[in-house]
Amino acid sequence: MTDTAALPPGPAPQAVRRPRKPHPPAAPAKRVQFDRPLTPWLFVLPQLLVVAIFFYWPSVQAVNSSFYLEDPFGFGASFVGIDNYREALSSREYRTIAAFTAGFCALVTGLALGIGLLLAVKADKVIRGASAYKTALIAVYAIAPPVTGLIGMMFFDMHIGPFKDLAALFGHDLRVGIDYDDTALALVTVAVWKQIPYNFIFFLSGLQSVPVAVREAALLDARSGWRRFRDITLPLLAPTAFFLLVINITYSLFDTFAIIDVMVKDKPANNPMTLVYKVYLDGFKGNDIGGSSAQSVILMLVVAALTIVQFRLIERRVHYG
Amino acid sequence: MQKIKPLDHLILILGAAILIVPVLMAFASSTHSAAEIHMNGLYLAPGSEGVATYHKVLTQRGGFTGEVTGARMLLNSLILGVGFAVGKIVLSMMAAYALVYFRFRLATPIFWAIFTTLLLPLEVRIMPSYQVMSQLHLLNTYTGLIVPLLASATGTFYFRQFFKSVPDELLEAARIDGAGPVRFFIDILVPLSRTMMAAIFIIMFVYGWNQYLWPMLMTTDEGFFTLMRGIKTILQVWVGSQIPDYNEAFALAVLAMLPPLLVVLVFQRMFIKGLTESDK
Amino acid sequence: MAGITFQGVGKTYAGNVNAVREVTLEVADGEFIVLVGPSGCGKSTLLRMVAGLEEITTGQISIDGRVVNRLDPADRDIAMVFQNYALYPHMSVRENMAYGLRNRRTPRDEIARRVDDAARMLELGPYLDRKPRALSGGQRQRVAMGRAIVRQPAAFLFDEPLSNLDAKLRVAMRGEIRRLQRRLGTTALYVTHDQLEAMTLADRLVVLNGGRVEQIGAPLELYHHPATTFVAGFIGAPAMNLLDARIEGGRVMLAGHDLGPARGPEGAVTLGIRAEDMHPAETGLPMAVDYVEELGSGRIVHGAIDGQPVALALAPGAALPAHLALHIAPEALHLFDTTSGKRLPDALPRPARTGVPA
Repeated sequence: MTDTAALPPGPAPQAVRRPRKPHPPAAPAKRVQFDRPLTPWLFVLPQLLVVAIFFYWPSVQAVNSSFYLEDPFGFGASFVGIDNYREALSSREYRTIAAFTAGFCALVTGLALGIGLLLAVKADKVIRGASAYKTALIAVYAIAPPVTGLIGMMFFDMHIGPFKDLAALFGHDLRVGIDYDDTALALVTVAVWKQIPYNFIFFLSGLQSVPVAVREAALLDARSGWRRFRDITLPLLAPTAFFLLVINITYSLFDTFAIIDVMVKDKPANNPMTLVYKVYLDGFKGNDIGGSSAQSVILMLVVAALTIVQFRLIERRVHYG
Repeated sequence: MQKIKPLDHLILILGAAILIVPVLMAFASSTHSAAEIHMNGLYLAPGSEGVATYHKVLTQRGGFTGEVTGARMLLNSLILGVGFAVGKIVLSMMAAYALVYFRFRLATPIFWAIFTTLLLPLEVRIMPSYQVMSQLHLLNTYTGLIVPLLASATGTFYFRQFFKSVPDELLEAARIDGAGPVRFFIDILVPLSRTMMAAIFIIMFVYGWNQYLWPMLMTTDEGFFTLMRGIKTILQVWVGSQIPDYNEAFALAVLAMLPPLLVVLVFQRMFIKGLTESDK
Repeated sequence: MAGITFQGVGKTYAGNVNAVREVTLEVADGEFIVLVGPSGCGKSTLLRMVAGLEEITTGQISIDGRVVNRLDPADRDIAMVFQNYALYPHMSVRENMAYGLRNRRTPRDEIARRVDDAARMLELGPYLDRKPRALSGGQRQRVAMGRAIVRQPAAFLFDEPLSNLDAKLRVAMRGEIRRLQRRLGTTALYVTHDQLEAMTLADRLVVLNGGRVEQIGAPLELYHHPATTFVAGFIGAPAMNLLDARIEGGRVMLAGHDLGPARGPEGAVTLGIRAEDMHPAETGLPMAVDYVEELGSGRIVHGAIDGQPVALALAPGAALPAHLALHIAPEALHLFDTTSGKRLPDALPRPARTGVPA
């Protein structure tokens, strides 16, 4: 998971619901606050230092070096303006990878959300064995992406993988690591598998927070279970679903790095990869620091846009939740 | 009430199987010999080679320099997981405290400076981060492994939300009771946050333990390798060998997934609560 | 133990919101003062300024002769009881009560003695080692009181302390607070929006509206001589009936009926009549009956006089006709200026029912 993936879809509802005296405009977080000149700095300084050194410094450097062409042997760099960007965006390889990344994101997000929702709806319904199902469905959350990559690789292995035999039954010769489409299929499968539990957890908790009274009112108003789901449950789940949408896109963009790295094993020649993986390859294997930085900045913009959307959603939950 | 249809159970059983069976097979296969796996494929039932394989993985010195054992990598993963979780809780609780409970002029800019970090995951600034680390001579150190991962506001966000939900009157009562900022923090707020801290510890431990890209770049000295790094290594060694050490790879995978798995399952309730809400 | 003095106290929030304006009040040592008014009237703000939880924008507050404007809450020698009790959830009842004393470096045996005394007084002995979560609402309320008592402060500040209790418990706790305050003789400032609570607790009431003091006085004084239409409408249940009437030729006229002599200026006037001051008679002011609330001990009749809604308090009895004729004694009339809402001189000299000179 990315770090942001751990964000809850909304802040403490208690804070919102609690009746309060009307605040003056630009109300502080608390009615009463400490008024000391030095103390808050002592508390906030460690975090500020870490953020400054390990976030802002490298981020600024990324933007900066995206305008330079660095000598591969480390003998200085020359300013090239937006050449690195132009080169990246006009390169055919980059476009292919961008297209794959988009498709990969869409597939992984769609499937992981769909399956997660389906399982959550069912798990919310059953009473017998509910906690056993829950445990089984949650477990995989804890497993690291590289480990899922390794397990996935074994399952798609040309010698020992059961999926190879399964595909053979349908007359398909599955050649993961060699055939582009087969590798893509394997990557999507593993990435979805890893992400289902996360979506399941959030959908289930969203479903279970639907008040009993609303469920009962729905039972009186609609006979068909499907209609109840579509007209009542789904709209109530919408905030959770939007939140998860952003999280899943972020996940498939970034957190799948380890899965790809393990499964294509430094043999990216004819294999699919995502944009993040290309940043890494160009930077660390290809020593093209300028080009890699330019790609980083492009990705930064995409992620920043996504995150802003996510924040707006959270904010909306604050106000209307 | 709603009727329970067998179809619901079927879907759930199928879903659970798809998610769990590969994990079980990874474990079962790790207890068979590489040759067996090579001949018969993956196993669903445990074999008899388990003790030998795990003993070998944990104690045999491997890697290129022949210095790192599985046990060492396990320890390093533990250090990363625990160090990250503890560091995160300490830093973010303190920062959130300053932001919520103090009136000071730069609170808003500082808030934004910290929360902007939520915008960009480490992966997009990995290259310059590496350069910064090497300039600071932090490659191959635990500090370099852990501290840069702390440069993100997730924890601060959680604690800020939590602190905001703490009734105002508690601070007011404490002030009338003569508690200053430090005393209020230690006497009231920290004990009050215990559940929250536990939940965040679990989430962050899993996050730290599961780190892959950063440790891979930060550590060239095998003494600092984590299990995730070990997985990469064991797969690299395969190239050229006759029968790959499937069993050892699986054993390593099991070692790498067991601790976070146990933590999440044992503290399931708290973990889910921490993940899905900051409402206490 | 000490008195509290307010001198032209005001509070302005950012954006020029005046929450409290020009409050001047002298609270005697040991007095029980209730600040009452609708929500947003500034009563809580005023209390919190005494506690040091809000800054004082203008004016001065002194406790025991000492100006406290710049003092930290902890240094003001006050104790506060909050609406939601604000007990520290992770501390036992004993620790909750002792925390403030511990922070003041009170000797350990002294703390133990005071906590035990307070626990005995509040019958909290058996619960001293429990956490607040294991207590009922009433018990939590007592712990909050205990926390205030052990401090032996110059004044108790109560911020709607009974609002979170159910009706029955509220009445019981009300009595208990009053008894305790009398026994300890500690000055008390008490904020509530409940006029009944205010009436039953207070030595003196301070009625606030829109950040201003409408009237200060003993409960019955306010009841019988409300200084403004606001106080008239706020104190008493049912509230005083306020009707549009006229003064013509020195007489109060309503719906063409002469109700008695008046000293006010000629023209429109607001007429106030308590529900219990109107009596059915053979002839008199006509009232159309709308519906009746049976309370058992009495009944409240709702209806209209001259198209204006009124409530009438009667003893229980037989069914009522749809139209009543009402007799009102001239000395039961209250006259208010229609635009300012201020009380006009009485129509007739009123018998001093309260014993307090008006």
